[in-house]
Amino acid sequence: MTTLTARSPRRSALTRNRLPRFAPWASLAVALIVGAALSTIVGFNAFGWGIFSALAFTFVFVAWSAAVEGSRKAKDKLATCLVVGAFLIALLPLVSVIWTVLVEGTKGLATPGFLGTSMNGVSGIQDNESATAGTRVLGGIYHSLMGTLLITLWATLISVPIGLLTAVYLVEYGNDGRISRAITFFVDVMTGIPSIVAGLFAAAFFATLFGPGTKTGFVAAVALSVLMIPVVVRSSEEMLKIVPNELREASYALGVRKWRTILKIVIPTAISGIASGVTLAIARVIGETAPILVTAGFATKINMNVFADWMSSLPTFIYTQILNPTSPSNPGPSLQRAWGAALVLIICVMILNLIARLVAKFFAPKTGR
Amino acid sequence: MTKAADETAHALPKGPEVTTTQTKTPEQSGGTPKLSSQGGAAGDRIFSGAALTAGIIILVVLCAVAVFLVAQAFPALVAPQDQIASGKGFWQYILPLVVGTVIAAAVALVIATPISIGVALFISHYAPRRVAQILGYVIDLLAAIPSVVFGAWGISFLAPALVPGYNWLASTLGWIPIFSGPASATGKTLLTAAVVLAVMVIPIITSISREIFLQTPKLHEEAALALGATRWEMIRMAVFPFARPGIISAVMLGLGRALGETMAVALVLSSGPLIASLIQSGNQTIAAEIALNFPEASGLSLSTLIAAGLVLFVITLVVNVIARWVISRHKEFSGAN
Repeated sequence: MTTLTARSPRRSALTRNRLPRFAPWASLAVALIVGAALSTIVGFNAFGWGIFSALAFTFVFVAWSAAVEGSRKAKDKLATCLVVGAFLIALLPLVSVIWTVLVEGTKGLATPGFLGTSMNGVSGIQDNESATAGTRVLGGIYHSLMGTLLITLWATLISVPIGLLTAVYLVEYGNDGRISRAITFFVDVMTGIPSIVAGLFAAAFFATLFGPGTKTGFVAAVALSVLMIPVVVRSSEEMLKIVPNELREASYALGVRKWRTILKIVIPTAISGIASGVTLAIARVIGETAPILVTAGFATKINMNVFADWMSSLPTFIYTQILNPTSPSNPGPSLQRAWGAALVLIICVMILNLIARLVAKFFAPKTGR
Repeated sequence: MTKAADETAHALPKGPEVTTTQTKTPEQSGGTPKLSSQGGAAGDRIFSGAALTAGIIILVVLCAVAVFLVAQAFPALVAPQDQIASGKGFWQYILPLVVGTVIAAAVALVIATPISIGVALFISHYAPRRVAQILGYVIDLLAAIPSVVFGAWGISFLAPALVPGYNWLASTLGWIPIFSGPASATGKTLLTAAVVLAVMVIPIITSISREIFLQTPKLHEEAALALGATRWEMIRMAVFPFARPGIISAVMLGLGRALGETMAVALVLSSGPLIASLIQSGNQTIAAEIALNFPEASGLSLSTLIAAGLVLFVITLVVNVIARWVISRHKEFSGAN
């Protein structure tokens, strides 16, 4: 009787069949020990320990819950474990990729002259020398960096006007008519075009116009535009849609023409979102490899003219350095350059993403909602 | 003036009171605004014309993609079949590639779909709300990493790391055809490529599913919880039935991406003829085949590659159209809620 009265304020009938608060921690401790034991049987490493511990934790925790709380609660616990596990599994490749690029890439990036020289004149002889004698790895990514910047710049110059005007048409003029519905549908379809097909299209287009084998930076820019336009249209359309209608009506009420309303009221209000959408679109196409590979080839010399001759870019540089090392017998220097270029490329993409987020955050329109 | 007023009224989609306000203004304020509104009418026409032209350019470009691919691929389709791909003929050449592409994408989806749904659920229903958005950004970072970097990671880190696993699969599950040994010693197999593809597809499926999970009517969720459902039962009863079409279309869009992805496969896979085993080197996908052979191709072999690209285009187009169709049906449905 005394024990019952002592317990009843703490554990009512509603909470009787519940795991104690320390249950997850106790299960974790057991799981870590079991995991360590299991992984030593197979051959100990930290990764195996983590995997075995996670499995053991799920098993111990769910089994305990099933014994105390019944099958419904146990299923809930199992689902929670699986969902959290899925998130951790998804993080693994992200951490691994960024770690690999950082570790391998800093060596290449730290080499003097890596950003300032091209691959012109660097051949297998120099690479063999630096691999065997340990001299400095020659050659750099200047030509690719310039190529990437120029091709992306031209792609942006082509896609932003077309994309933005299309978004304006869809939001301001389309009235959900047949043309605007067709455009929306085909923009969606364009989003799904494989990047290499976009490259093939640009190659086929220019081959038909200027003869086969036309490979220049501009062809690559056209290929990238095919990939970039739908992204620009979608993001600008979303941004124009959230401009409050009251602003437009106020402008019309003052007797302002529609086109001036769009130029002076609607677009300035949405400009932060449009700018961040365009930046994200640039970040998406700057890393595209396949379309540039089939449209601009790969060069080892600096070429600043997008309308003539082959052009290199960072992604194709990485690809060719890994797949066809400059010195086939000693791929080390080529790999070092490739990882350095990968680091530069990732830094570019991350900076662009960061800019997009900051622009969207700090210059966001005051919609009053 | 009437003409200008007519133009203005035409340009305005809004109600009649707005129109009358605007047509009155020039009359009241005299001659000067009349001049500017004449110029404005031309501006309106030019601007709407430019906007319409931009929209039509997109339609033209998409048609042009199809037309030019067909035009350049035509020689390969009509040439004597014994001249193509060292005498194999086009269809004999493309069929193993199509099968390889589909297998790689399917395996990638089998890996990616459960993980993505789990991640999306974690962000939408499990993580504390304050950190959920940041976690969403972190997963979006995966989408930002260029495909060639994933390829480089796959060839230099993932492939060697998976070799012990493949050896184990070959020795214990070797009786299943897809795991039959001997396992590749370099790890450059279709399964490695599929894992890399899965990593690239996860952010796509995750972001779409997350949006749809968040759209689940709060009332349904709370009703389920109020009836005593656990969180998982609430998700099964309220969230999944609502989100099923969205998940299907997200998976289809991921499939479209996995089918067309080039660099990861081109770098990771050590290609060869079509084989059933996923852990031996062999198999090839359309996109990687094009990327690897395009630089040296000319004449008829170039046409063959472009025809292969056309086949890939048609496959992804079908997949994407189905996905969009499912999404648009879902939109109408959820609009009623």
